[in-house]
Amino acid sequence: MANPSAVCNGHLHHHHHQKQNNLLKSGIYKKNGITKGAKKNGVSNGTLYKKTFIEHFEQAPMYVAVLTFLGFGVGTIFGYLRDFMRACGLEKRHIAAEREEQKDFVPLYQDFENFYTRNLYMRIRDNWNRPICSVPGPQFDLMERVTDDYNWTFRFTGRTIKNVINMGSYNYLGFAETDVNALKTVTRELQKYGTGVCSTRQEMGTLDKHVELEQLVAKFLGVEDAMVFGMGFATNSMNIPALVGKGCLILSDELNHTSLVLGARLSGATIRIFKHNNMQSLEKLLREAIIYGQPRSRRAWRKIIILVEGIYSMEGSIVRLPELVSLKKKYKAYLYLDEAHSIGAVGATGRGVVEYFGMSPDDVDVLMGTFTKSFGAAGGYIAGKKDLVDFLRTHSHSAVYATSMCPAVAEQIIRAMKCLMGLDGTTQGLQRVRQLGKNTRYFRRRLHEMGFIIYGNDDSPVVPLLLYMPGKIGAFARRMLQKNIGVVVVGFPATPITESRARFCVSAAHTREMLDTVLNALDELGDFLRLKYSRYSKSSHPELYEETRLELED
Amino acid sequence: MDMKHVKDYIYWLYYQYLLITCSYVLEPWERSMFHTITVTVVAMVVYTAYVFVPIHICLALEFFSQIFGGQPESRV
Repeated sequence: MANPSAVCNGHLHHHHHQKQNNLLKSGIYKKNGITKGAKKNGVSNGTLYKKTFIEHFEQAPMYVAVLTFLGFGVGTIFGYLRDFMRACGLEKRHIAAEREEQKDFVPLYQDFENFYTRNLYMRIRDNWNRPICSVPGPQFDLMERVTDDYNWTFRFTGRTIKNVINMGSYNYLGFAETDVNALKTVTRELQKYGTGVCSTRQEMGTLDKHVELEQLVAKFLGVEDAMVFGMGFATNSMNIPALVGKGCLILSDELNHTSLVLGARLSGATIRIFKHNNMQSLEKLLREAIIYGQPRSRRAWRKIIILVEGIYSMEGSIVRLPELVSLKKKYKAYLYLDEAHSIGAVGATGRGVVEYFGMSPDDVDVLMGTFTKSFGAAGGYIAGKKDLVDFLRTHSHSAVYATSMCPAVAEQIIRAMKCLMGLDGTTQGLQRVRQLGKNTRYFRRRLHEMGFIIYGNDDSPVVPLLLYMPGKIGAFARRMLQKNIGVVVVGFPATPITESRARFCVSAAHTREMLDTVLNALDELGDFLRLKYSRYSKSSHPELYEETRLELED
Repeated sequence: MDMKHVKDYIYWLYYQYLLITCSYVLEPWERSMFHTITVTVVAMVVYTAYVFVPIHICLALEFFSQIFGGQPESRV
């Protein structure tokens, strides 16, 4: 297949074969213009985007927000009541407390700050931290546990719940598998190297596996060099302090992951936040930064770096990379792109958002990603120019002090990446990427048709379904488990207080039957729990919306 | 068969009430307390409405009819 970023006469010839039979339909699409409730990319930027960029962030009707606050109010009142009873001694305290002898000391545990955890989270805690006892593939086994004292303690009954459909694992390409043939090389490396590395990269922990993996990652992404680390979170939090310091400016997206925030704070640079995926807000900040310089001395900033993610895992939105790169070139800032959820999951051959937008990897200064999500392993990488990676090899905390990646895990990544690139001689990798794209579009389309409010871009495999009310969080997760489907629900503080959601992660390993089972269960549950808040249900015009992507030619 | 439908529907309505007011997450004794308080408040509202609303409506109608129609019948 030709280089995906080849642009010919301003049109991208990706779906060339689809153009013929879509010409008529594209006429209808163009006439209809914007799908209701969807935010389409403005016409003024039409030349930057080669594909349509449709994101949905529909707002729920007003009564939903009112009822959500009412629900939280009731929860808070009862929280105060229970806290009062615990303080009086009418009720036993389950949380950590100091010993009797230390009661007169400065308090060790700040009680009130855990108000939310104690009084609201504890009541529905059985929906999180569920131990699983099999590989987290498209189906998995759960250990059954019950609680006798309303979720303060759990005990295992000893039974396992078998073949629960897994809609929560970040297994986008389905590489978390136990198939013996697939894992042949991993088993061989495990027997050759063992499991422990027992050293850091700078001492004696650099194995030939790491070198092989780094060269493969660089080749996969199309950059000069790459470096791998044992842990994805540590990749962000330990490398950003190496790249920026005092006197530098970090412009970070509102909804960035904790690892990026932690790394930014550890670095000591000035941090400014721009609104989520909002390029006007970012441009305003860039202009102010360049015009006014550092706060008191008015000197120019040593470095301006923009931290964004490829796919935001709580929203399912994709970063607006073309506009971002044009902004960065205009104002001469650096770009750090965290592709944790997007590497392997988007793009025609799974090379991430850079390929998805048809851009060159040279446009992004620091490409970071993790192997936890699409490759079924653990760890992270940073890739870019050779100078950058050589600098990080000596100056990054993670490179110097952290134990390096286990060789069996490195081999798993190598085999997954070779499969994706087609180097193992099969087209399995490409098939997986295509299957993921199909599954994503099908799942999102059906959910939209049913009338749920879904956030995010139409191409992102992370699908947040909005629940809003706190009572429904627990009810939804429990009922889905009763139907043998495992979902992840998220509430405050990981999301804004009114917008609690259930987050589905579509995988290439899900078959159509599994997705249909989940969708039917969601349909039933949506009616039973009244979750179908969307005012723009698409089911009335099925012929205008179809699965395959359309190309708008500008 | 019809009784089952009705009973299911009533259970569903009760379940919606539990979800909306977030009393689904409460322990049983808290739930009883919450139900008692809610029922009391609703009963008081209904009683107040029953006692006061008809009288207020009559007075209001009289007041407006005085303004718009009835100059001749005002001072007798």
